[in-house]
Amino acid sequence: MLKKRIIPCLDIKNGRTVKGINFVGIKDAGDPIELAKKYVSEGADELVFLDITATIEKRETLVELVSKISREIDIPFTVGGGINSLEDAAKVIAAGADKVSINSSAVKRPELISEIATRFGSQCVVLAIDTKYVDGDWQVFINGGRTPAELETIDWVKMAVDLGVGEILLTSINNDGTKKGFALDILEMVSKSVNVPVIASGGAGSMEDFKILFTKTKATAGLAASVFHYGEIPIPKLKSYLITNKIPVRCK
Amino acid sequence: MIAIVRYNAGNIKSVENALLRLGYDCVITDDVKTLIEADKVIFPGVGEAKSAMEYLIKHGLDQVILNLKQPVLGICLGLQLMCSESEEGNTKCLGIFKNKVLRFEETDLVPHMGWNNINALEGELFNGIESNDDTYFVHSYYAELSEDTSAICEYILPFSAALVRNNFYATQFHPEKSADIGEKILKNFLEL
Repeated sequence: MLKKRIIPCLDIKNGRTVKGINFVGIKDAGDPIELAKKYVSEGADELVFLDITATIEKRETLVELVSKISREIDIPFTVGGGINSLEDAAKVIAAGADKVSINSSAVKRPELISEIATRFGSQCVVLAIDTKYVDGDWQVFINGGRTPAELETIDWVKMAVDLGVGEILLTSINNDGTKKGFALDILEMVSKSVNVPVIASGGAGSMEDFKILFTKTKATAGLAASVFHYGEIPIPKLKSYLITNKIPVRCK
Repeated sequence: MIAIVRYNAGNIKSVENALLRLGYDCVITDDVKTLIEADKVIFPGVGEAKSAMEYLIKHGLDQVILNLKQPVLGICLGLQLMCSESEEGNTKCLGIFKNKVLRFEETDLVPHMGWNNINALEGELFNGIESNDDTYFVHSYYAELSEDTSAICEYILPFSAALVRNNFYATQFHPEKSADIGEKILKNFLEL
């Protein structure tokens, strides 16, 4: 049986992880490789690296980092943040990323999706969507969730899948950081509207939130950052909990 | 020396990295002599069957691969290209395995993406691997079951997770992305 995936997300700035962590046994808390290896050993199913480096000049640092990750990590990983062109995508894929995640750049120029999908396959293209419930609709926001894209989430998802997106990473801005659980309604609406895997993001605060996510929606993966980074939800514990609750997950 | 076949398909770098982690020297090459003389050959890939076959034929690599005598390991698209034919672009493939490659019916999400358990494990590739261990899959086409099937995975229907015939081995999953289990499978191949 296909397993539900647990995916830690690492924010990267200038080649270092930015959110603090308090893991025992990690020598350098800012080193993304150290943290990634820790997650792999704990049974993370995939990793997402999100580059939040502000300047173009530092982009090379990311490509070097992707090469290092690829040498050290033996599970699939996605790289996102600042991928604005086919060339940007090609660079991180050549450096060893399994998938690239695109967000604002795809809203601004949807053809980017088909360009990357045609060259590298749909399985390589993850569409990250930041969605927010405003005036009775789930709307798409871009530029780190600051700017309304004037697009309804379901419309954008359908269009993007037609263009070749292979997976959706859906973050609810309303839920993100609240630790009150995932946005089940929009996740279910999105999962039902397309035939590609949906990764849920935003709002995970407890192990139960993951159980509810996987029982109430068709989402195939749950992504989180702080609850993993701060050790609030240890991955091995989360997985045993999910298995106890009859949710199929991979156990190491 | 381990040779990794260079052709117009992606995801070759991660196979090279996996071999390096295991301490093996390897070369990514389309040079006929190097491929023939290699101790082992790995034929990986993520890509599209028709254009990949056309590329292999154009560069004479189809005949080279067919006639290799050392252990050969196809991965993902590599496995599919080693079958008789693929529904993807109605492509005639290498025919090492007699299976047909078909597209998943979309009764569930396609591609089949993620970790799934493999069972009915047969042969040296799976020494030390337990039935129902999970490996990582990403594919929209699958090889039917046949007498060459050496591992089965179920998604939408049971299909060949691995195939073996003589010196030819192949996995639909990505051992190079399947953490410790995948590493063990790769090591089993490298130690054949």
